Amino acid sequence: MLVHSKAARRAVHALFFLLFVPVFALPLLVIVGASFATSWSGALPSGLTLTHYQDIARGDSLHALITSVLTALAAGAAALTAGTWAALAAEKLGRRTSRLLDALFLLPVAVPSVVVGLSLLVAFSQRPFLLNGTPGIVIIAHTVLVTAFAYQSVTAALARLDPAYEQCAAGLGARPAYVLWRVKLPLLLPSLTAAVGLCFALSMGELSATMMIYPPDWMPLPVHVFAATDRGSLFTGAALAVALMATTLLVLLAVSRIRTRASYR
Amino acid sequence: MGAAPEAGIRFDEVSVAYGRHGGNTVLDSFSLTVEPGEVMALLGPSGSGKTTALRTVAGFVRPVSGRVLIGGRDVTGLPPYRRGIGMVVQQYALFPHMKVAENVAFGLRAQKVPRAEIAGRVAEALEMTGMATYAGRHPRELSGGQQQRVAIARALAIRPGVLLLDEPLSALDAQLRSGMLAELARLHRELPDVTILYVTHDQVEALTLADRIAVLDKARLRDCGTPQQLYRRPRTAFTASFVGSANLLPVTVAGDGVRFAGRALTVPVAGVAEGATATLCIRPHLVGLGESPAGDGNTLRGRITEVQWRGSTHRLQVDVDGHRIIADLRELRETPALGEEIALHFAPEDGVLIPEGIGGDGTYEGGAGGVGALGNGAAEEGTRGWGAGGQWTGKQEAGRAGLSGTGSRHG
Repeated sequence: MLVHSKAARRAVHALFFLLFVPVFALPLLVIVGASFATSWSGALPSGLTLTHYQDIARGDSLHALITSVLTALAAGAAALTAGTWAALAAEKLGRRTSRLLDALFLLPVAVPSVVVGLSLLVAFSQRPFLLNGTPGIVIIAHTVLVTAFAYQSVTAALARLDPAYEQCAAGLGARPAYVLWRVKLPLLLPSLTAAVGLCFALSMGELSATMMIYPPDWMPLPVHVFAATDRGSLFTGAALAVALMATTLLVLLAVSRIRTRASYR
Repeated sequence: MGAAPEAGIRFDEVSVAYGRHGGNTVLDSFSLTVEPGEVMALLGPSGSGKTTALRTVAGFVRPVSGRVLIGGRDVTGLPPYRRGIGMVVQQYALFPHMKVAENVAFGLRAQKVPRAEIAGRVAEALEMTGMATYAGRHPRELSGGQQQRVAIARALAIRPGVLLLDEPLSALDAQLRSGMLAELARLHRELPDVTILYVTHDQVEALTLADRIAVLDKARLRDCGTPQQLYRRPRTAFTASFVGSANLLPVTVAGDGVRFAGRALTVPVAGVAEGATATLCIRPHLVGLGESPAGDGNTLRGRITEVQWRGSTHRLQVDVDGHRIIADLRELRETPALGEEIALHFAPEDGVLIPEGIGGDGTYEGGAGGVGALGNGAAEEGTRGWGAGGQWTGKQEAGRAGLSGTGSRHG
């Protein structure tokens, strides 16, 4: 604790709540409130109902939720594989080459995601790379957008990993592949699960690039949320948003359970 | 190589440099032979290149020039996993996600040793290090000393010809360290065929454990010999001050002795030219109180500038004509007072003359045999290389004194 006096500590706590509640907590609470409402004209929502959730369970929305989860799982796995591979490779490259790799992986984050979506649409609309209109293009777009985060978090974890583990293992006669499989990856597991969780969450919420490329039969949930609010069905949108939020949280919780088991130190 | 033994280590002119264009040399033309079954300590201050030398044997550092041989085989270009060495590092580096037994079995599994054989060898290694009862624990459940034992067991399980120990005891507290030191000595008695390269900055560890000590400083080998040789007859001022403590006095050779601050002292001067400047090394514990009884003139008078009581000894610092002399005397009945005038003496045979040019930034270029013959400061040209029978012929840089010795001690 940097703050020692009781009064100062209270002041800091007050400031925290003053900033946190209106900026982070209230909007989420409003969404949850709205998802159960039929109208909201006063201070609080009125006409409490479960209709919006029942609609989700029945219609296209459930399909969209499954689409979102599948896309996020595929993109998360692909991003983790590519990001980890690249981070492991960058470690063995010279400082200059690895900086170049850093920049390359950061590019999709630096470029507006609408531009990423558009460029993929243009790139994959011609034979022999005709992916336009398939779920594949959505998964590729998400992978491109989130790999940077996997790459960064694995790179950071590798930098923290004591090289003595790898060296001792090699000294004991273990080939590089064996060292990777039996020593490095197990030691990186906590960071790998964190990375895949982050990628999954980011992919679940991706909208702008998805809007550019989604085919009619592969419409992720954020597009549904957008469409619902766009046509004025604010409360339906809110219910969809809550479903999206809850699913993401559930998956992250499951991932964090693996993390706890994977952290040895 | 000739009768190159199975698992000796040889450094042949090994240089390691980092940075752009290799600007930062961390090991400079390092040559050394470690006989099979020998314990060689690489002793030096931090940044002396001793760890780098060890890492070239392990294969983690690739030399810019020179060769490293293990058991007569050139391993310079081999990856670490094909060298068959065991290694123990300062921070143990036990794999935290594996239990003790799995850690010890790691090398055996990696080398695809038959499953049936692994259990027995793991048990044997754990037995040898006294860790058999901890096989089912995770490393985090062990103390530092226990972790170190497991690390040693892990290295020994693969039955390496060469064991590399990189400051293995420096993370332990003093008491544990001396216990582990005895333990390592016992292990080596049980495994006399294992060649051990032991990197340390602690002279006590080196003196206790090593058959021979190689002293490194500023990326170069400065001296090499048995602990007794280095302690009793140091050949460079650096060795004298790094292996044990030493009084180093600037002297000029004159007649049967030397002149120091205007007085004549009797010390052996064999091989050093009349009139040459040199450094006289006297160990503090060999300095006695009072006038020299032998009438050899080896009496130094001065004023006490500091008194330290160290339990069994008193350490006095005495100012003799502007030179500081340290004397470790058996505990005195009456503590001398600061500023008091006293006389100190030493026996002629306890003075070791170090010719000018070997100390300071001088480089050791000699072999490791007996008490090397001390050459004088003349330039000496020769070729560097390994002669027949493992004899090392050294090439001297102009103006530097020569040392040459042959053969090497192996017990």
